[in-house]
Amino acid sequence: MKKLWRLLPALPALMLSGCTVDLLQPRGPIAEMNRDVMLAEFAIMMCIVVPTCIATLYFAWKYRASNTEAEYLPTWDHSTKIEYVVWGVPTVLIVLLGAISWWSTHAFDPYRPLQTADNVKPLNVQVVALDWKWMFIYPDLGIATINQLDVPTNTPLNFQITSDTVMTSFFVPRLGSMVYAMPGQQTQLHLLASAPGDYLGEASHFSGRGFSDMNFRTLAMSSDQFNSWVEKVKGGEESLDNTTYPKYAAPQEAAPVQYFAHVQPELFDGIVAKYNNGMMVDKTTGKVMHMQSASNAAPSDTGMKE
Amino acid sequence: MLGKLSLSAIPFDVPILVGTFIGVAVIGIAVLGLVTYFGKWGYLWREWLTSVDHKKLGVMYIILAIVMLFRGFADAIMMRTQLALAYAGNPGYLPPHHYDQIFSAHGTIMIFFMAMAFMTGLMNVVVPLQIGARDVAFPFLNSLSFYMTLVSAVLINISLFIGEFAQAGWLVYPPLSEMQFSPGVGVDYYIWAVQLSGVGTLLTGVNFFTTIVKMRAPGMGWMHMPIFTWTAFCTTVLILVSFPVLTVTLGMLSLDRYLGMHFFTNDGGGNVMLYLSMIWTWGHPEVYILILPAFGVFSEVTSTFSRKPLFGYNTMVYATCSIMVLSFVVWVHHFFTMGAGANVNTFFGIMTMVIAVPTGVKIFNWLFTMYKGRVEFTAPMYWTIGFMITFSIGGMTGVMMAMPAADWILHNSLFLIAHFHNVIIGGVYFGYIAGMGFWFPKSFGFKLNEAWGKRAFWCWFIGFYLAFVPLYILGLEGMTRRMNHYDNPDWYPWLLVAEAGAIVIALGIVCQLTQLYVSIRDRNLPENLDLTGDPWNGRTLEWAVSSPPPHYNFAVIPDVHGIDSFHTEKQLGRRGYNKPLEPIHMPKNTSAGFFVGVFSFLLGFGSIWYIWWLAALGLVGIAATVILRSANRDIDYYVPVSEISHDEEAYSRRIAAAQAAE
Amino acid sequence: MAHEATMSPHGHAADHGEHHHESPVVFGFWLYLMTDCILFGSIFAAFAVLRNQFAGGPSGKELFDLTNVGIETAILLFSSITYGFASLSAAAKNKTMLLVWLAVTFVLGLSFVGLEVSEFSHMIAEGNGPDRSAFLSAFFTLVGTHGLHVTCGLIWMVVLMVQVLGPQGLSQRMISKLTCLSLFWHFLDIVWICVFSFVYLAGVM
Repeated sequence: MKKLWRLLPALPALMLSGCTVDLLQPRGPIAEMNRDVMLAEFAIMMCIVVPTCIATLYFAWKYRASNTEAEYLPTWDHSTKIEYVVWGVPTVLIVLLGAISWWSTHAFDPYRPLQTADNVKPLNVQVVALDWKWMFIYPDLGIATINQLDVPTNTPLNFQITSDTVMTSFFVPRLGSMVYAMPGQQTQLHLLASAPGDYLGEASHFSGRGFSDMNFRTLAMSSDQFNSWVEKVKGGEESLDNTTYPKYAAPQEAAPVQYFAHVQPELFDGIVAKYNNGMMVDKTTGKVMHMQSASNAAPSDTGMKE
Repeated sequence: MLGKLSLSAIPFDVPILVGTFIGVAVIGIAVLGLVTYFGKWGYLWREWLTSVDHKKLGVMYIILAIVMLFRGFADAIMMRTQLALAYAGNPGYLPPHHYDQIFSAHGTIMIFFMAMAFMTGLMNVVVPLQIGARDVAFPFLNSLSFYMTLVSAVLINISLFIGEFAQAGWLVYPPLSEMQFSPGVGVDYYIWAVQLSGVGTLLTGVNFFTTIVKMRAPGMGWMHMPIFTWTAFCTTVLILVSFPVLTVTLGMLSLDRYLGMHFFTNDGGGNVMLYLSMIWTWGHPEVYILILPAFGVFSEVTSTFSRKPLFGYNTMVYATCSIMVLSFVVWVHHFFTMGAGANVNTFFGIMTMVIAVPTGVKIFNWLFTMYKGRVEFTAPMYWTIGFMITFSIGGMTGVMMAMPAADWILHNSLFLIAHFHNVIIGGVYFGYIAGMGFWFPKSFGFKLNEAWGKRAFWCWFIGFYLAFVPLYILGLEGMTRRMNHYDNPDWYPWLLVAEAGAIVIALGIVCQLTQLYVSIRDRNLPENLDLTGDPWNGRTLEWAVSSPPPHYNFAVIPDVHGIDSFHTEKQLGRRGYNKPLEPIHMPKNTSAGFFVGVFSFLLGFGSIWYIWWLAALGLVGIAATVILRSANRDIDYYVPVSEISHDEEAYSRRIAAAQAAE
Repeated sequence: MAHEATMSPHGHAADHGEHHHESPVVFGFWLYLMTDCILFGSIFAAFAVLRNQFAGGPSGKELFDLTNVGIETAILLFSSITYGFASLSAAAKNKTMLLVWLAVTFVLGLSFVGLEVSEFSHMIAEGNGPDRSAFLSAFFTLVGTHGLHVTCGLIWMVVLMVQVLGPQGLSQRMISKLTCLSLFWHFLDIVWICVFSFVYLAGVM
């Protein structure tokens, strides 16, 4: 028993050893930036928090009522010098943190496309949040999956994200930044996986009953492996189009992984457009286009009739 | 006839709820039985339920807050237990339908009915006394506000046993909370409970703003106000500006749900982000509504128990006011992940960080208040020191998340949960408990037991770190909030530690109950009795009257000449007054607030269940009560000089007895 | 909601002297009006966000009849003037004229509400109700909230007219109630001018 007690202080270390602290072990440049910014902030803040906590305990102890040795100034309540310090020090820190904030928010804006040194062509992935699963459409490859995201390493990943149900959030912790998935809206996210691996992907905003199982595996692999995976998917049977989409989009808890060998082009745009009265803004021209009704899963509502 | 309501709405099939119902019923019957046994109904009705006395309303608010703390904490420990079990295929004991209600109710109850009620209670007990007023500006409105809060709390708790509560989180984000995805009555319970209590809070805001502006004792300039009153004042400003926005936001959500409108729906042109923007326009100031009065408590406690004036009073006032203003320009930091532009995110990120400056200043000011003082380690002082350390850490993690680039990975994770519990428990809760210990003798005439208070503190302090440090780590491990089960082996041990923390906090609550019991039992021991009205050698006007104060507070309205005026008077050896007594004009008690509350309950309950005749009855009842009240001319009276001088003489005798005992 | 609840015995305290100069009732009511201002501001903000979300439904241009709205506006503005006369009569302690002017104001207010209800029912009958599109939801909510306020004001006015006839007469407490209602009434006028400009005029332009 005594020995067990001696182990106690080492417990946190024991618990952390061998486990993954996703946010501290990034596998991509964005996640690295997220971590570095977070740790830099932590370090800067510690410079003020630690002395404050120590001073609190020290002052409380030193000026305890029973310590009659200590100096007692019963009317002292003002010192311009101290006032300068107490306003000045936090201000300086916040100016510093504000500068980091300005720089990092602009430099790593999720909407900003990434570029690799060797100008690898980015991979486009369209993400659709459903109840309670994720659909990933690879528009350039004509394939799609449910609840599994396969990506080549060292390739910029351009995500377009929407939801065909309630709002939620798309997040792969080890690749970095998350962005909301919202019905009728199209958000963007740019990530890159720098090392192969099997990473946790999740819905990070509560979306109802089946939310806890709304996870997906993110498999990062070399380009060769990725290409052969694409071929494998293309060899499959299932196809995703306006007629089959409602079936796959229907609410489902703990949905299994599924592959689609063929995807109808512009399916994603149709999903966004159906909440916008069939309208879709073309990103390149800024023109409003009229989309074909993408799916029959449109919510029953008079407002949707044209 | 009964709208959506039928027997199937009662959850006979959920053993936890049936058990809870039996427990609540047994306690309820026991309480009612005791009141009947001792024949106290008349007393209760005349002296408490119809009272417009701010001191009694304050006590009732705090009792409500403590009861709601039990409910909210029961939810909390159930969630922790679920997550300590629901690992690797084990579904735990709470299915999502029940679990999702619990986390929604936990947040709603803790914020609206625990923290808000506690805050309003403290303001009620203290502010009029601190400014030398005989009551608030609108005593009847004050009673009305209390009943609006009370019936909303009843409404939200009834959802346990009749129907269900919302399963969409404590801010019921649409579209999940829209009819399409939440067709049950849960969200309607949420809307009506929060709306009705919101009316009460808004009226409290109007009432206390007017009280502080108009009813300060002569000579008490703005920069002479006690610091708790200052923070209460800033809180009322925040209430006045932010609560109408909440009313509108939830009003629009209910129009969507009841009349099929399209404010926040997926289709028909609705805009979900409009809801987020509006709800956080209220929601961020709301956290400062809660924390500012806690800051006020810490200021009073630190200064009193360090035996020194507050360091940097002016700075403290400026800091409080700048927090008040800044809290309105930070709301977007609740959704940096929405995909807004970099400039928008940067602006709101930096504004959020700027709030850390005045907040930091406050911490330093308390630090320098202790510096070269004579610090007495009473239980309120324990909570204060515990707060300064815990809140510094919570502030740090808050600044971390104010950086958009860091928030993009921390948002919605358990790191966020740990952060806001860090500031809400470590700041708000510690503050209110310190305040309760500090002003308890003023309300009841005897002190709370110190030993049990300190035990409670240690349990809460240690329990807090045990429960929430693991949540910080889990957040870094990528765990999202509101999960019902998981199969990540890395998360499991931390969730066990967090469960242990929740149990330690439960012990803290047991200690607090024991403290109340022991204090009431030993109230007549000489060391507990407060005969002088000034048990802590206090500095502000509330200590200048007897404990408990006479219902008119001040026999003669005091003249004020500066900050900490009561302390100054004591230093100069002046106590009491040298003006003749005059009859005092006071409001009469009224049952109108009670009845408006009852009718509001009918309105809410009827609307939730689509029982339209009941809702209409409620609405007509409210209007009729208010109209009758406005026609009533018998609403005030004068306290005769003989009664005042009788009270004063008794008080003088008590002071003399206390001095003789010393 | 019935806002008469702001009455308090401290209306008397003010008469009693102490150190107050004006009734806290009127001050408190001012505060309440400021919060009401924020309430309307929030609805205006929501309207601004949703004003072009027609969802395939009609726009303001197709729906609004400026003549009708113009008449509504004239009536409400005129009722403000008549309330002003009522206030003058109250100050002169002329109970009869006070009641006459209040009655005129009441009739004007009632016809305003009547016109609005007929406008609404007309739109709903044509299938352009608040559930048609986000724009219409915001329109009905904004204009409807104002209309609901006017209706509450009318009920309040009746209550006060009855009370003036009763034992309270033109007591100090009564005068401060009349002042509160007058603030309320003029405030609703100002809100209406905003509704007229930002909703109707801007919608038709």
